[in-house]
Amino acid sequence: MDKQTDNKQKHASAYWRENLKYLAILLPIWFFVSYGAGIIFKDWLDQFQIGGFNVGFWFAQQGSIYVFIILIFVYVRLMNKLDKKYGYDK
Amino acid sequence: MDSQLLTYIFVGVSFALYIGIAIWSRAGSTKEFYVAGGGVSPLANGMATAADWMSAASFISMAGIISFMGYDGSVFLMGWTGGFVLLALLLAPYLRKFGKFTVPDFIGDRYYSKTARSVAVICALIVSFTYIAGQMRGVGVVFSRFLEVEIETGVIIGMIIVLFYAVLGGMKGITYTQVAQYCVLIFAFLVPAIFISFQATGNPIPMFGMGDTLTSQPDTFMLDKLDGLSEELGFSAYTEGSKDLIDVIAITLALMVGTAGLPHVIVRFFTVKRVKDARKSAGYALLFIGILYITAPAVASFGKLNLIETVSEKKYSEMPKWFTTWENLGLLAWIDKDSDGKIQYLGVAKDGGNALTGIPIFSENERGKNGERLVENPSSNKNELYVDRDIMVLANPEIADLPNWVIALVAAGCLAAALSTAAGLLLVISSSVSHDLIKKMIKPDISDKGELVAARLAAVAAVVVAGYFGINPPGFVAAVVALAFGLAAASFFPAIILGIFYKRMNKEGAIAGMVVGICLMLFYMLKFKFDFFGGGTSEDWWFGISPEGFGSVAMFVNFFVSIVISKFTPEPPLEVQEMVESVRIPAGVEEASDH
Repeated sequence: MDKQTDNKQKHASAYWRENLKYLAILLPIWFFVSYGAGIIFKDWLDQFQIGGFNVGFWFAQQGSIYVFIILIFVYVRLMNKLDKKYGYDK
Repeated sequence: MDSQLLTYIFVGVSFALYIGIAIWSRAGSTKEFYVAGGGVSPLANGMATAADWMSAASFISMAGIISFMGYDGSVFLMGWTGGFVLLALLLAPYLRKFGKFTVPDFIGDRYYSKTARSVAVICALIVSFTYIAGQMRGVGVVFSRFLEVEIETGVIIGMIIVLFYAVLGGMKGITYTQVAQYCVLIFAFLVPAIFISFQATGNPIPMFGMGDTLTSQPDTFMLDKLDGLSEELGFSAYTEGSKDLIDVIAITLALMVGTAGLPHVIVRFFTVKRVKDARKSAGYALLFIGILYITAPAVASFGKLNLIETVSEKKYSEMPKWFTTWENLGLLAWIDKDSDGKIQYLGVAKDGGNALTGIPIFSENERGKNGERLVENPSSNKNELYVDRDIMVLANPEIADLPNWVIALVAAGCLAAALSTAAGLLLVISSSVSHDLIKKMIKPDISDKGELVAARLAAVAAVVVAGYFGINPPGFVAAVVALAFGLAAASFFPAIILGIFYKRMNKEGAIAGMVVGICLMLFYMLKFKFDFFGGGTSEDWWFGISPEGFGSVAMFVNFFVSIVISKFTPEPPLEVQEMVESVRIPAGVEEASDH
């Protein structure tokens, strides 16, 4: 393998690793607001109230959806920045 | 103006709009037919994806199901939206970079095998046909109610409309039609929701109104009131669940990965220009879907409260007009079990339950002494009211006594939702046949023109089959749709994820995984849903998981089988490994998508 393609490949793997790092941060949040707050800890969270909502119930029917939308747009921003950093945005 | 005339006008105008768009944006090449030419803006694509994906089930049935299930209905809310996070983060950008026309295309190329491609084609066809069956039933229900025609006639009108713009316009026509359909459906969903929320709580924003206090009782929160009333009548509290934890988790997961594996949704990410647009349009898609999805639980809870307050312990003779309208359509039934002329709507804890055994069977012309339609199969418990879940959204404007134009608007919205999804599915079916089957496997030297003709013919055939399902509906809209998600979860999702994230994944593993996954899911669904292989009740479910949730188990089995088999078989060829590496970086899409 010549040096140039070798560098190109290292560059690509570094980009991929950072991408995976973002997933490792964002996906646990996805998991936590739905399976965590909306299902597993729902009963415990229900002892707290926001307005007329029990918190666990709110996460299950509304809160998790708000968080999902935010998660995707955060990912879009992070990846656009990453594309720029590695020169893949052209 | 009366609501019938208004309905004709609203539905007519919206259909004229869709057909106009289809003519304006008709497809001239296979690239336009399959992926709209590949130059759709992320915002438009997000809207189109939202309309494509929000089906008759989302629009008509979901709020109704949540209304009856309370907290347990959350699985649909979290499942159907959470899948978009997986789509945006794990699938969409890479599939766009790969840049072909269909999901079987990706599977076939990534796993360098015609067998893998055929398995994927079969899975795509099974998933799409299961799903489209539900859509056509939705079209039938809406037409029969709002245009006062026979369900069969309604389905045929729907078929002709879809045929026209799907066959003529292909993906390009569908995409821009769906943008219009999204606008119609979201407006139609929000307007009555806003009215109802404002009436009940004085808060015009339904998702906040749901957590507000009642105008009739300023110190009582709406949800507390609903919990109280439900328990009083012997139902479980609205905000409490009655399903097992493991089943709730399994169903939510199956719906999430199913969403991420649905071929007609995935294919939408092939229609944008760049990788970054694919990510962004997944975000927009969820935003537009989210607007309906955070409104639906509000519609559900207000609808339930309205229903209980209107019917419970009230005289049948004093019921409002909507009650008899829906009764005449067979979607509502009252059986005066204790002959007191009043409606007793009771849950299990008050010796209630299902008001009748199975679906209602009405006697032809006889009426009861209060003028109600007689039902021939009442159950022995004390519950006297049967309410079809599908009417929750459709009847809401009437229950809340909203103006006629709102009722007409809801009709147009329902049709937009059902037709947009049906069209998207038709396209998946027709491209699976013309592109994956004919072009890639049977007759590789077919010309672009010939392939386009084949695609259109396949769409015609698919419409006919879908129409058959619409006229002979296989059960509840949402139940059938939920199973399509299980099938998608069990088959595609692991093969695509492993194809991107696990370079070592080879064709032997992927094929074995898909075959085992979908067979297992089909077996479980046939056994417990349709009584084949000895059938079984909920007590016989494996690990206590329902057929709706079983897709997640089948998905794990698929992952496991794929990985184990791939360990014992040769690694994929070098050029495939290079392809995986190139899919992972967003640069050079132009070359990659140069078909």
